[in-house]
Order: sequence, then structure tokens, then C-alpha cells
Amino acid sequence: MQTLNFLKPNRDNIKNYSIIGSFLVLVSLIDVISNAFLKINLTSFLPGSLTTLFPLIIGLIGLNMMRIDYSGNKKLDLLNKNINTNNFNALLTLVILFSIIKALPQSLSWMIFDATISGDSKDACTGTGACWTYIKVWFRRFMYGMYPNEFHWRINTAFILVIALGFVGYFMKENLKKYLALYYVIIYPVIAYLVIYYLISGGSFGLQWVETGAWGGLSLTFIVSFFCLIFCFPLGMIFALGRRSNLPAIKYISICYIEFWRGVPLITVLFMSSVMFPMFLPEDFFMDKLVRVIIAITLFEAAYCAEVIRGGLQSLPRGQYDAAKSLGMGYWKMHIFVILPQALKLVIPGIANTFLALVKDTPLIFVVGLAELAGMLALAKTNPKWLGFAMEGYIFASIVFWIICYAMSKYSYNLEAKYKTER
Amino acid sequence: MNNIIKKYIPQILAILFVVLIFGFLTMNAQTNMDNRGIDFGFGFLSQESSFDVQFSLIEYSGSDSYARAFLVGLLNTLLVSFISIIICTILGIIIGVARLSSNYLIKNSAAWYVEFFRNIPLLLQIFFWYYAALRALPMPEKADAWFGVTYMTVKGYYIPAMVWENLNVFLYSGLASIIAIIVLRNYANKLRDTKGKQIPVLLYSVSLLIVLPLLSFIFGGVTLEFEIPELKKLSKISYIYEGGISLPPELIALVLALSLYTSTFVAECVRAGIEGVSKGQKEAAASVGLTPNQVLKLVIMPQALRIIIPPTTNQYLNLTKNSSLAAAIAYPDLVLVFAGTALMQTGKAIEIVSITMLTYLTISLTIAAIMNWYNKKIEIKEK
Repeated sequence: MQTLNFLKPNRDNIKNYSIIGSFLVLVSLIDVISNAFLKINLTSFLPGSLTTLFPLIIGLIGLNMMRIDYSGNKKLDLLNKNINTNNFNALLTLVILFSIIKALPQSLSWMIFDATISGDSKDACTGTGACWTYIKVWFRRFMYGMYPNEFHWRINTAFILVIALGFVGYFMKENLKKYLALYYVIIYPVIAYLVIYYLISGGSFGLQWVETGAWGGLSLTFIVSFFCLIFCFPLGMIFALGRRSNLPAIKYISICYIEFWRGVPLITVLFMSSVMFPMFLPEDFFMDKLVRVIIAITLFEAAYCAEVIRGGLQSLPRGQYDAAKSLGMGYWKMHIFVILPQALKLVIPGIANTFLALVKDTPLIFVVGLAELAGMLALAKTNPKWLGFAMEGYIFASIVFWIICYAMSKYSYNLEAKYKTER
Repeated sequence: MNNIIKKYIPQILAILFVVLIFGFLTMNAQTNMDNRGIDFGFGFLSQESSFDVQFSLIEYSGSDSYARAFLVGLLNTLLVSFISIIICTILGIIIGVARLSSNYLIKNSAAWYVEFFRNIPLLLQIFFWYYAALRALPMPEKADAWFGVTYMTVKGYYIPAMVWENLNVFLYSGLASIIAIIVLRNYANKLRDTKGKQIPVLLYSVSLLIVLPLLSFIFGGVTLEFEIPELKKLSKISYIYEGGISLPPELIALVLALSLYTSTFVAECVRAGIEGVSKGQKEAAASVGLTPNQVLKLVIMPQALRIIIPPTTNQYLNLTKNSSLAAAIAYPDLVLVFAGTALMQTGKAIEIVSITMLTYLTISLTIAAIMNWYNKKIEIKEK
């Protein structure tokens, strides 16, 4: 006698249970899919709210019937273990599945099927979907700001050069490797600064001068975060060492510095750099706004950097210090040859995270009037010829930043995993 | 002798360096201000501000002083931080627990939620909600009622206002119930320690919390009425809701962006905390006969919280500091009202920027000090 007890499926009737269960789940899925994609309501004969709840109830019963412990069927077991351990889990599974299915056709048709990308003016966008023409037309502005179109190659060349110089360390000869730190901390920033100054700013070698007010877009984000990173790292190192120093004056100066910058929001720091800082400069001394902003962000990030490096210094066992001292090394020798090489290796993931936060913070310079990507979007949004495309603009910017930040966070995660195993 | 040189020379040099920098900057500021005819001082705080603020928690008009404008901004900052902290905590705990779920779909949706909202700059998220998402809402006259009495429109979210009578009696009764709960808990702990008896404290506390305020309605003369927002025609095409409380779209956009962004970090803290409690603890607790609920309450949570709370407070601090991004969408927070409008009007750049920074610094340092104290208190004391 084969009886089906709906509440307690068992493995005696495994075939019946799994077939009926999967059939019910299938019915519920078909109902939702036809509802979402084809706009057909298969259950319109049911009263009111039951229509919407119908697939959920059917699906739940189906999943309940499929839930057979130790069924012996590997695929069924895997399914049960992953999405169907109890009724609550089954409910959540169904809710997530259904909401994905419901949201998919709308967003897909807005983003792809009904979207426009042809043409080069607002008139091309007549459909109900997104207007990617807007992004296409403004793309160069979003990337390079108000930088003159014919000079965009200068920005590209500068970036390629700077990145290429950054990889020099990998190809250095063995006997030059000892100068690696010197190269990255002192020589590289100077060269990078000169490259960016002479190529992007111009003014000599027959290149036309482009003032920093015209810089903008995503390239400005890169320039700002690049300079802030290379400058804030050595500064952070100094304050990290200072905070761990035995000399009270140095220690407390470092603590004050770090806690001050960590306690204020970046936006007030930027306000400070733009309205308060000029008051503190000598009368006839003019400093470019971009330079002021870079200095402000560097000082700000250096405090965070210092805390990360301090974490690395603290995690080194005392024995390392004692051993170095017993070899007769002084403070500087000990730190340069024994402590810092080990500590810095430990903090690379932390530094990568700081850098990630820095990149995410750069859109803030929009507040003091520097038009990087977010600023260019605000400009484009208020352009009378292109009103009403805020959504497309912000989605585009979000995707760009998301890709950059996601790649960086994955990279820092990999670094973390890599350095973890070595200890 | 050598030691003394090694010890004091660097310190003296460092102090000298700092003093020189500060001296140099102050001297420049002095000459600059003399040249431009600006004088340094905080007297302007008591002057009439003569600008209006769109949204304020306390009575404020243009005839009030700059000090009051500062207070308005500070309260708005605290309001948006407070709401966002509550929402991001709830969301963060749900997402953090969901990331540890055995359900493949839930685990991955939670992971993608975290990856998605964490990797988009906060400013862009605020702009997205404010300029793109909330602008797509209906005009007041076309808005449908949510829950029957609230209206989500492009001009803001209108909710019923509570009109209290004898509010103080109600508050006293609430206070009394809280005191009663504390006494009850102490008594229950004593009973447990001395006689080994357990009483359902939670049940009693909840009922106390409900019953006492309810009594105040019946005997204390407390009444509560709701003022429901109603549609009013301003001109031919312009409508507005009157009555009730209106939450401006700036506040909504800010709360949404801040809480969604910070909840990802809170979720990571929660996950790390729960993962940080070793499995042996759970098994050991179960093997001495505790029920699953007791294991969670008495063994897992106390240890997980010890790991969760410090980084989470850090995130709250970050949220409070990030709330200053409000200035970008013209929500009248501290930065916009004080470092924006007030600075523009008075031109007292140094004073105003320093007050603003010091305010944030005070908030941060206070919370940090409380956290340090708390960390010391809950630290596992090893013998």
C-alpha cells in the first residue's frame, strides 16, 4: 500500500514524491515566468490575492514533497542541502527566485531591448528604454573633462608612461633590487610628477598649456588618487613610526595628527583646502586648487595609512626587535633592514584597502568645484540639450566605478590570501 | 651624555618643527586678514543669521542667530545619522546572517548585495537616489496612499503626525517601566545565583513595557490623535499636502544611500564576528545540555558581540562623518548650513571651518573614548 503523506515525505515513495514535487515547482515557475515575460496570468480564475500567492504556495508544497533525507539520489540530495533544508529556507529560495524573475524583463528591456544608442542628439531617444546615446555623446567629457579634444592623446600617453614606469620594479636586475624601495618611494613619484606635469599640463616642448580647471572626468580621479597614494604612503610611515616611538613629544605629536585627521570628514578637509588654506599662505603665493586638494587628501589619507602600517608594526613579534638590537643595530638600521621590510609586506592588503577607500572618496572633490566623473555628470545633467537623463548617467558612472573598485577589492583579497600563507 | 642627546634632540627638533609651521601659518593668516580688513573672532555667532533653512527640527527663522543655525545643522546631521544607523544595523545583521546561510541562493544574493553596494562611491549612490530614483516618483496629486495614510511623492514623504496630550505622563510611565525592568532583572539574577531558579524575565519585561504605558492612557489622561496629511491645491497645477510630517526627499535619499552603503560593512562585521566564535564552543555548550536557544544567547552571542561591536561602532562613526556628504544634495546638515551658507555670508573662513571640524572631531573622539572604555570592560581577562 503506497500512501502519500504530504507533510512527511520518506524514501519509500521517493519516485512519487520527487516527481509530484518537481512537477509542482515547475508549475509555479511557469506561472511566474509567463506572468513576468509574456504578461499572461495563468491563474486569473483564482480570487484576488490568491493569484499572486498561488505560485508561492504550490512551490512550497512541491519543495516540501521533494525534501527527502538521505534519498540516495545524489542530485536530489545536493538540491535539498543547498536550497531546501527546511520550510523557511524553501520559502526564501522561492521568494528570491521569483523576485529575480519578476525584475528581469523590466530591467532588461529598459537597459537593452528598448534602449537607444544610435544618433548623436537627444532626438534619437524616442523609445521607452534607456538613452545610451547620451553616454556615447558625452563619453569623452566623462573621461577627460573639459580637456581639449585634440589633446586627449597627451593624457593617454602620460597614463601609459606612468603605468609602465610602475612596472619597472618587476624587470629590475638582481643587483639593482636593493634600490627598489628608494625607486618607489622617491624616484618614481618625482618622475611621475614630471611626466604628468609636462605632458598633461604642457606649457613647454611645444605643447600647449592646459590649465587644471579644464582637467576632469575619470582621468582626474586617477590623477588625484595616484598622487595621493604615492605621497600618503611615506608620510603615513613616518607617523606610524612616530606613534610607536619611545620619545613622548614625537609620540604625542603623531597621535594628535592621526586622531585629528581620522576624526573629521573628508568634505570638511576639502572645504578647508579650498576656503581656509589660502588664508594661511604667504600673500603673493598662489597655489593651484588641484594641488591644494591633493595636499589635503594626502594629509587626510596619511593618517589612515599610518594606522594600517602601525597594525603591521605591532603584529611583528618582539623577538625581531630584540634580535636586531642584539646585533648592535641602531633605531634607523633596525627599522630599515629588519622591521619595515617585514611589516610592510604584512600591510600590503591593508594599504590596498586604504587605496580603495581613497578612490571611492575622490568623487568628493566635486564639492569644491573640480569636475571629475561625478562633477561632469552634474554638468551634463543640467545641459539644456540633454535634460532628463540623470538615470543613465549615474548608472554609467556606477558601473565604471564598480568595475574599478571590484577589481581592486578582489586584487587586495588575493594579496591577503597570498601573504597569509607565507607566515 | 650620548643618551641624553639621542633622547632630547629629536624631540626638541620635532616640537620646533611643529611650532615653526604653526607660527608660519598664523603669521600669514594675520597679514592676510589685516590686508583684507577681516578681524578674527567668534562674535558673529550671536549676530542675526538672516538666511532660511528648509528643514529643521527646532524653531528657526532668519532672525535667529548664527549659533542657532549651527544647532539646526548639527541636529539635522544627528537626525540623519541616527535614522541611518538604525536601518543599517537591521539590514547589516540580516545580510550578515544571510551570508552564513546554508541556502546557496540566499548566501550568494547576500554576497552580491555586499559587493554591489560596497564598491560604488557613496556620493554617486546619493546622487542616484536623489536625482534619478526619487525624481521618478509621482506628483502629490497623483500619489497613491501607502498603508492608507502616508504619501510618497516627488516632494517628499508625508506621514501622519502624532498629537499628544499629557505627553509627560506617558513618558514618565515609560521611564517607570524601564526602571521596573532593571529591578526585575537584578532580582532574577539574584534568584538564579542563590536559589537556581529561573523566571521568564523577557516575557515580564515586554509585558511591563506594554502594560504601564497603556495604563497611562486609561488613567493618566493621555490622548493620542493622528494628524493625517491632506491634499491641498495651491494653484491650478500645483498641489501640496498639509498637516502631518513631511520628510524632504533629500533626507530620504541620504538615509537610503547611507544605510545601504554602511549596511554592507556592518554585514561584514557581523559575519566575521559569528565566524570568529570557534565551533568547539558551540559543541561544548550543547554537550553540557544547553538548548539551542541558550547556546546562542549564552555562549555564541556574548563572544560574537565582543568581536562585532568595536568595528561596527567604527562603521557608525564613518556613517556620521559620511553624512556630511549631505551638502552635495542640499540637505541642510552641519556642513551645508554652517560651512556653506553661513561661511558665504560672514566670510569667516577660519572660524567656521574650525568650528565645523572641531564638532565632528568631538563626536568622533567621544565615541572613540566610550568604545575604548567598553573594549577594556569586555576584554577577556586572562590570568
